Amino acid sequence: MDTCIEKIRAIGADLLAKGTVEKVIGFANGSIPMATRPVAVTSPKDMDKLVFNCVCGLNLANYVSKNSLSKKEGKIAVVAKGCDARNLVTHIVENQISRDQIYIIGVPCTGMVDKRKIAALFEDEITGFEEDGDTLTITSASKTETVKKADVLRHNCGVCTHRNPPVYDVMAGDPVEEQTLDQPYEDVDQIAAMDPDARWAYFEKLTQNCIRCYACRNACPLCYCPTCFVDESGPQWVGKGQDETDVTTFHFLRAFHCAGRCTDCGACVEACPMGINVRDFTRKLNKDALELFGWEAGLDLDKRPPLDVYSPNDPNDFIK
Amino acid sequence: MNFITIDKKDWTRGIDQSRNAYRVYGPVKDENGCQIKPLAPDTYPEMDAVVTVMSAKSVLFPQTEKILTATLDESKQDHHIMKPVKKDEMPRVVLGIRPYDAKAVQLVKLNFDNPDYQDPYWCAAYDATTFVGLGVTHPGPCDFSTAAGCGPFSEDGLDVLMADMDDKYLAKILTEKGEKWAAACGFDTAADVKESQALFDILRKEAEKQIQADVATDQLAKKEILDLYDAPFWEDVAFSCINCGTCTYVCPTCWCFDIQDEARHNTAVRFRNWDSCMSPLFTHHASGHNPRGTKVQRVRQRFMHKLKYFLDKYDQGIMCVGCGRCVASCPVNIDIREVCNRMNDYETTK
Repeated sequence: MDTCIEKIRAIGADLLAKGTVEKVIGFANGSIPMATRPVAVTSPKDMDKLVFNCVCGLNLANYVSKNSLSKKEGKIAVVAKGCDARNLVTHIVENQISRDQIYIIGVPCTGMVDKRKIAALFEDEITGFEEDGDTLTITSASKTETVKKADVLRHNCGVCTHRNPPVYDVMAGDPVEEQTLDQPYEDVDQIAAMDPDARWAYFEKLTQNCIRCYACRNACPLCYCPTCFVDESGPQWVGKGQDETDVTTFHFLRAFHCAGRCTDCGACVEACPMGINVRDFTRKLNKDALELFGWEAGLDLDKRPPLDVYSPNDPNDFIK
Repeated sequence: MNFITIDKKDWTRGIDQSRNAYRVYGPVKDENGCQIKPLAPDTYPEMDAVVTVMSAKSVLFPQTEKILTATLDESKQDHHIMKPVKKDEMPRVVLGIRPYDAKAVQLVKLNFDNPDYQDPYWCAAYDATTFVGLGVTHPGPCDFSTAAGCGPFSEDGLDVLMADMDDKYLAKILTEKGEKWAAACGFDTAADVKESQALFDILRKEAEKQIQADVATDQLAKKEILDLYDAPFWEDVAFSCINCGTCTYVCPTCWCFDIQDEARHNTAVRFRNWDSCMSPLFTHHASGHNPRGTKVQRVRQRFMHKLKYFLDKYDQGIMCVGCGRCVASCPVNIDIREVCNRMNDYETTK
């Protein structure tokens, strides 16, 4: 893809030079193949550090929350894909930041790659990764593979219908065509079609290797609570060990906390060291939000989230 | 110190034969990648697997371990008196681990088994365990074991070191435990010591050459603690950190734990769980004060402990074996190799 990187750098340098923003938060190249790292650039001369490619899979809205922004700080520019921008909108709607604290450099996105899918093509470790348009060239000590980006996209990017940021201050490229899907929630439907025992077994297996590092939670822009319920210690809410009940309690409750807020950015899955598809939990809630309330998070600065307002048209009977 | 050859055709039969005497652990593949786990009766270690996401430390130091228990039934005379649970002394063997994981056990031992304190659970498990390592012939891009006082064919902490020779393993028996394991498997085809050692040396050199690590630790001991502590780069190092516990949990040398009590009906249980210095709760005082309340402080603590405090306290090098798991698993690519170099190169301007 045209990764818009020259435009991003030019915009960023200009914003810093003019003093419009104090820093630009974007992605920089990592130290190993297929890795990038979030970075804050404060000087136009460091703008070359910024990259934008198909391995920028985290969500930068996570770096501008109430906890990380001090009141004294000036405006901050954020390089935002469709999902990052939607989470910035969510931050604003949830009063975590105000619109005038951030400057959104919108990036039209054609998706991020699933590093595990790519790793699965090899029996040894990957030593090189090149992206040229839609073609990816990946090398290991034993072989070189050339694949099309579309074939190794992350699942959430494959079903993404908001590749262009819905809200931005400036766009770093022409909008890309949005995908239209006949069955946007096929994965959820498949799980829903299982009988209860099979479904329970499915979720048990899903989290069997969870090490409770909380990378999913901490990579999620929605998880900004000053103290997470699993960290409450007086009194304690959840057991801290590897007991299955405690592990699943964490995952269930975290997912429910994201109801009507999740943008399906996939940062949770990207961050998980064990490759657990924690989106299996949040996707169901996203589907419900869409079907019951016609709601997709982070699209509109002026609309309140469905679980935040009372509506006489609420589909649930208990509330009427 | 002797060498044996193990024909790969005999490998599974030997493992089966040893199962009466040992609980067998090894790399196992599942939906989430490759993990070191106890092997079910009809399964065998994935000897060709790439690095396991988690190290072998859980074999001796499980993420959650029951240590004490008490009855809450007040009709019993010993109610509310905590008693040790039965220790797990079943001999076990860990097959196919990478040499750096065995070296890491030796570092963890400094904490759990030293003149001042011997942790009964860890020591019992350690005494019961035999480590059979497999030399790494193709170290990956994250491996910097040679820079961390270890290496792809390091013998430190291993009872047996094997080398993959296509149709067979050449195994160097390093300890009595290793001898017992080989005997239990019926592996007894002796190999020429001189020739075998020469082969090991070649393989080791070849493997070491492939490690491109440019990590220097030589200046760390000379640095003043407070100079490093006050160094200006910590904000920069910590910026991208999301403060998850991945680095500490995948680390073979991180040994910190937390104690938790749980009660159910009439039974109280005391558990030990892995803890992580990345978590704010790690240092949260009962008063509400937190001496490491910010992310930067916590990130600094992790690196200072591994690369400075440990080194100063034990004089055994850094608290890192260069496995590169934290580099590979960090969601935001914080690379300990870069941080180590920054610390090693740091000159205060004071």
